[in-house]
Amino acid sequence: MRELIDGAEAIARAALHAGCTFFSGYPITPATPILLHLIRELPKVGGTAIQSEDEIASMGFCIGAAMAGARVMTATSGPGLSLYSESVGLAIMGEVPMVIVDAQRMGPATGGATTVAQGDIQFLRWGTSGGYPVIVLAPADVAECYALTRRAFDLAERFRVPVFVATDKETVLGKATVDAASWDEVPVRQRPTAPAGGSFLPYRADPPDGVPLMSPLGGVHLVRFTTSTHDERGRLTRSPVEVDRLNRRLAAKVEDHADEIAMVRADLQSDADTLVVSYGITALAAREAIASARETGLAVSGLTVQSLWPVPEGELRAAMRGVDRVLVPELNLGQYRLEVERLAPDGVQVVGIHRVDGELITPDQIFDAIGAHESPEVA
Amino acid sequence: MSTQLRTYLDPATLPFPFCPGCGHGTILERLDQALARLDVDPAKLVLVSDIGCSGLSDAYFATHAFHGLHGRSVTYATGLKLANPDLQVVVLMGDGGCGIGGHHLINAARRNIGVTVVVFNNLNYGMTGGEHSVSTPPAAVTSTTPLGQLERPMDIAGTVAVNGASFVARTSTFDTTLTDVLVRALENDGFSLVDVWELCTAYFAPANKLSRKAMAETMTTLGFRSGILVDEPRPEYAKAYRAQHAGILGEPALLARGLEVRHEATLDRRLSWLFAGAAGKRIGSAAGALARGAVLSGLWATQRNDYPVTVRTGYSLSEIILSPDPVLFTGVATPDVVLDLSAEGHARVAARIAGLPRGARVYRSPDVPETETEADVITLDFAGTGWARKKESWALMAAARALRDTDAYPVEALREAVGAGGAATEALAAVDAGHALAEVG
Ligand code: SF4
Repeated sequence: MRELIDGAEAIARAALHAGCTFFSGYPITPATPILLHLIRELPKVGGTAIQSEDEIASMGFCIGAAMAGARVMTATSGPGLSLYSESVGLAIMGEVPMVIVDAQRMGPATGGATTVAQGDIQFLRWGTSGGYPVIVLAPADVAECYALTRRAFDLAERFRVPVFVATDKETVLGKATVDAASWDEVPVRQRPTAPAGGSFLPYRADPPDGVPLMSPLGGVHLVRFTTSTHDERGRLTRSPVEVDRLNRRLAAKVEDHADEIAMVRADLQSDADTLVVSYGITALAAREAIASARETGLAVSGLTVQSLWPVPEGELRAAMRGVDRVLVPELNLGQYRLEVERLAPDGVQVVGIHRVDGELITPDQIFDAIGAHESPEVA
Repeated sequence: MSTQLRTYLDPATLPFPFCPGCGHGTILERLDQALARLDVDPAKLVLVSDIGCSGLSDAYFATHAFHGLHGRSVTYATGLKLANPDLQVVVLMGDGGCGIGGHHLINAARRNIGVTVVVFNNLNYGMTGGEHSVSTPPAAVTSTTPLGQLERPMDIAGTVAVNGASFVARTSTFDTTLTDVLVRALENDGFSLVDVWELCTAYFAPANKLSRKAMAETMTTLGFRSGILVDEPRPEYAKAYRAQHAGILGEPALLARGLEVRHEATLDRRLSWLFAGAAGKRIGSAAGALARGAVLSGLWATQRNDYPVTVRTGYSLSEIILSPDPVLFTGVATPDVVLDLSAEGHARVAARIAGLPRGARVYRSPDVPETETEADVITLDFAGTGWARKKESWALMAAARALRDTDAYPVEALREAVGAGGAATEALAAVDAGHALAEVG
């Protein structure tokens, strides 16, 4: 059964299917439709959705609710994301499973409220003090808004970290035809919870995963949650051994599982000279451009990165093997290109295609860039 | 005074870490007594602490504890309570937290969320070195007002009182009834705040010769009443929310959608459309109906809208792609069909119309400016119908007419696509009228 829906609806449905029980958001274009959907729908399944007084409160409500046992999500855009920043740090430190949707619009500041952009890509990764990792997934279209939001809930529960869904104004508000018949067949990942009996330490994390088991505040175990550097009991500590252990674990629990988190769509040709690395809405133009280039007889590879952070380094390195040049189209002035450059083998040229005029990068722009390289004059 | 039956303090952690004579310890002891008197289940009790010296408090209790960011404690408390209304949630915050997080205090009071806020109000920031806070009285000397405070203090208790808190008290650590006041605050189902004035013996008290007597005089001078200021129970938010929504439990409408393909499309290539009109003239909804009709006919469709941030004024554009195959890139560079319906939209798309190739079609309303183009231009005769004044139906009418000419899919599918909405009767009539719409001249 096909449907014509927008990304906001796909995200809201994913939340409902993922067992989300709590949502809080503050009205902001273009994320508001997600708030509206969940205000209407979450209470029907016994959940709670509340408009907060500001974005800081959205995060506070969500973090409090998550620690009381709810499965939580919030949604915002650039200006709101800026206000989320300190609380993202709290969610990292306190190890709060939560999903944060960033419907990107043009920045900086208020920027263009109804204008598409991909300008938050580095901010999402480095947007709070300390520099500890988060997970960021980037859906390219409406169907992926569903699939990656579902995945975001799973990863949040699995690693007890904030997981971002980095989408954009066009994908959230634009409608597309999807085949949603099998969407809800994906099983829901249950929260790893401490067993009722025995002793419980809220921040005790055993190898190999280094992720503490959860127990809700108000549940069978007494739980201490804290924003401060703490020991396994959740008590403030300045012991260098304990401090070091905590900080390394907060990084390792994400980074050591980069392979498990990695999601890419690889469309590689063994004799390709050019690789196009893309993500989000720009990936659609890239895929069309690659198809057109192949129709003219050119060999071109494509790699769509669905999990932007942690960077799927193995997949990027493998895709870049053997090519001369990598094109990175982005609706910013070259943010993810920095990651590609960092991983590119010696001699491989990394070229950005940028657009910050509020319009989408078109398939023709990417096609021309592929062709410019492949034509004999350039070679 | 009754003898205390139990304590919520964790003896292994005591004594408190506060400076000698600091009021914090007194407040925590009184709070412990109040909790004991109410026999609160420690497994259902969450202490949410803010930042500052008072932020250390939760660690001395054997209860659930939540220590969060500066000024945001009330937001965590709200989230905890919303997720589990059975919890007894107590916020421990200083006057500093009331300043940086004042917005949350006001809104928690308005909401009447069932949390109890205990303000450790010592008129300055202790932990960071005696800086002035929102509650520092006029002329007081602090490390950031060395010549005396010029600002008027915030009336913390009064602020939440006028904003809907159902229990509010202002008192001090010298108040022999402090435990009783805290008991009443904890008993209140809704939002409670107890503003407890106290001495910071490291900074504010010595710098300003603040004593029990001087504290009382300061309150009087400022016109800040003490005692119980509000005790007016009203429905607690988390419970009220559940009660309000109890009747709508069931399957979310969002999960019960889907379009069944019941018509057959003849379209064998991609066909892109550009709707250009004015806000409020149902441009997006007409374009959406066209796209839905395509899906009902087995096609793949996309819709991309463009409009200014204002809602009821300015242009409204919608780009539609209909295709027998899935569509990736949803942008439309050169549309096959343009519906040029008003001056506002026309101004945005005139250049694109001018650049259209032969074979493209422009359906224009007679009141938009004419544009030189190689495309076929069809001027629609809305005036010759009964729809001349119903401009908000023109987009749907033009779509129906263009659908007839392009033969992308059967008009019955478009009728079915508009049939679902509330304004279905008029929309169906518009489709029929549009389908038969004549050209001017
Ligand atoms: S600095 Fe002031 S508030 Fe902090 S513990 Fe000492 S006396 Fe109390």
